[in-house]
Amino acid sequence: MIYLDNSATTRPYSEVIDTFKQVSEKFYGNPSSIHRFGNEAERLLIKAKQQASNLLEVSENEIVFTSGGTEGNNTAIKGIAFAHQNRGKHIITSQIEHPSVLETCKALENIGYIVTYLPVNSHGVVSVEDVEAAITKETILISIMHVNNELGSIQPIEAIGSIAKKHPKLFFHVDHVQGFGKIPLKLQDSGIDMCTVSGHKINGLKGTGLLYIKKKTKLFPLLHGGNQEIGYRSGTENLAGIVSLVKAIRLNLEKQNSDCEKLIQLNKELRKCLETIKGIVINTPTNGAHHILNFSIPGYKPEVIIHALGEKGIYISTKSACSSKQPDKSTILAACGLSDEVSKSALRVSLSFENNLDDIDKFCTSLDTVIKQLSEVMG
Amino acid sequence: MDYDHIIVRYGELALKGRNRKIFTNKLHENVARKLKDHAKIKIKKTRDRMYIILNGEDPNPIIDKCKVIFGIQSLSVAIKVENDPDKIKESALFALREAEKVKTFKITAKRVDKNFPIGSQEFNHVVGGYILSSTTGYTVDVHNPDIELHIEIRNEATYITSKRILGAGGLPVGSSGKTLLLLSGGIDSPVAGYLAMKRGVQIEAIHFHSPPYTSDRAKQKVFDLAEKLTNYGDKIKIHVVPFTKLQQKIHRDIPYGYSMTVMRRMMMKISEQIARNEGILSLTTGESLGQVASQTMESMHAINEVTNYPIIRPLITMDKTEIMHISENINAYEISIRPYEDCCTVFVPASPKTKPKTDKVVYFESNYDYQEEIEEAIKNKETVEITQENNMENEFIDLL
Repeated sequence: MIYLDNSATTRPYSEVIDTFKQVSEKFYGNPSSIHRFGNEAERLLIKAKQQASNLLEVSENEIVFTSGGTEGNNTAIKGIAFAHQNRGKHIITSQIEHPSVLETCKALENIGYIVTYLPVNSHGVVSVEDVEAAITKETILISIMHVNNELGSIQPIEAIGSIAKKHPKLFFHVDHVQGFGKIPLKLQDSGIDMCTVSGHKINGLKGTGLLYIKKKTKLFPLLHGGNQEIGYRSGTENLAGIVSLVKAIRLNLEKQNSDCEKLIQLNKELRKCLETIKGIVINTPTNGAHHILNFSIPGYKPEVIIHALGEKGIYISTKSACSSKQPDKSTILAACGLSDEVSKSALRVSLSFENNLDDIDKFCTSLDTVIKQLSEVMG
Repeated sequence: MDYDHIIVRYGELALKGRNRKIFTNKLHENVARKLKDHAKIKIKKTRDRMYIILNGEDPNPIIDKCKVIFGIQSLSVAIKVENDPDKIKESALFALREAEKVKTFKITAKRVDKNFPIGSQEFNHVVGGYILSSTTGYTVDVHNPDIELHIEIRNEATYITSKRILGAGGLPVGSSGKTLLLLSGGIDSPVAGYLAMKRGVQIEAIHFHSPPYTSDRAKQKVFDLAEKLTNYGDKIKIHVVPFTKLQQKIHRDIPYGYSMTVMRRMMMKISEQIARNEGILSLTTGESLGQVASQTMESMHAINEVTNYPIIRPLITMDKTEIMHISENINAYEISIRPYEDCCTVFVPASPKTKPKTDKVVYFESNYDYQEEIEEAIKNKETVEITQENNMENEFIDLL
């Protein structure tokens, strides 16, 4: 099997699964229980949080463990919207956000919030000037993703962060689900107030994730109850999931340090191969993230290509897995101003540190063969 | 060419006359321990400063670690070259180009080596002129430059630096002896320990534990606080003293309003005894005048009466907000506010005497004998050594 759909989800590292198993077996006490066994679990929770805060270079009380990207994005956006509605009801986001951001914003529109969906340029990048121009006295939140899940375009988070700093009354949330562990993003002193990370995109387990919440940021929690996670997220902590997440983060950041060059090399090779195949249009800008490559084969239905490659044990995707069940063209590519033909026939290859050059070669050869076969049938 | 040195400037220890060597040796020891994971570096100490020779290591993490070491006034990354005007000019140009967001500069040369052929003033012009003629976009501004390039022409070599990073000040930990810190788990005592360390004092800690009234969590909290303090010095030995029996006896024997005062006196007696056994010459507490009932002038007088040992009280005149500010800076605050009972809060009467009379306390105590319980508590103490590494259990390391 050649797995090239790592932006949909990744293979959990075996170390991560080991951790999950061990913690489930040995530390099943409730961290809130006051007896010694609960205390053990609580100590492990504290250590996990310390380790996570060291790895992310933030402080311990700024990390809230969640169930993943969707929860993180919902907590951040609804949390700010509900807690600060007296200040204003205006939210700024982009047209190319993940559904867990876009749909949350749309839901808020239904109950009286006003949302500006900023356009992107042909490279899939939001303009910093647009962000600044969209800010009004009513604005309480800017939510912009770091790396786009379909296209791999990188948003100017640092610059938007400096704008956000100049407006102390609004908050800035970054969906970092696709970028974490691949494209570095500094949180401390960045103007970022909240940042979403998901476990299963970084070789962790489904149902794990974290939300960075800068000190003194007031949120209305999605989940009320026993005030776990500094009151931001009630519910008995998923300790095994949490500890396994922190391990996945550590392993991923280590890989980011050691294997970043390798990923860039794979991306180069992939681009080079695809450029030699007739009829392929590469959609991801050259300055995009090196683990995501989006391309189109105008005239071919992407599902057909996916299935044909699937028969050979090669897995890639159309658009993003989260929206691929919705028919028709990619709204994200359309937002970049790409033609209908291109938007309808888009495919995505997404890499992880586990892929190698051989995977790329086999994929390209197979794709070439598939296209040739299909063109015979269709011709 | 690259920045290949870090210059470490001594704090006030540079003023210490004949004892200076004690201080510089201690500082050298502390810096070497803090940087032991950086295998390639070499540390060279001289009379008035220290050099860290990088040998290719990234200076930034090293500077971050050195910033918390007491006894360091300031740090700078430096380029070392021979005392050769051309080489110095090249290096100054490199340093300027390395700096980001810089448009104006100033050269400040200092000639210690009087054999160097060009005087300081003249050399400023020579280097400045060379930089202006080899670049575009830079101008000289002697009053308000974006960057000031320091060129120090010393006898052995020349050092070019551009930025001074402020150190932690104070004296090297271990150069002023050792103290026994009464560490409760609250906000104040870790800050008191930190400030004592700032004046070069090495810390041992004593903690009073009253199971089952206080939990393992309360004990762990104290270990975690001590771990934060190890960041500023060496490992910390903690004596955990079982205090339940004594507390129960006091609770039984002593009139309600005075039990807190007597309890504090017992703590002092035990602390003094342990300090004596360990060869420690002082006690340190987090007391702040007037903060709580046990920290009024009358209370301190009554409590202090049981010991002749000097008691260091670094927080005595500080406001709570100032203390909290330091607590946050040393990353202790988040631990201190974990909500577990400590031994002081368990048996505290609802309204302890804020103005206990010393003679009355002595009288109440004189009806009973606590010596046996005191000795038993000391005998049964548990001693733990906290280092930055061992506070995380091995099984946790594997998991994380």
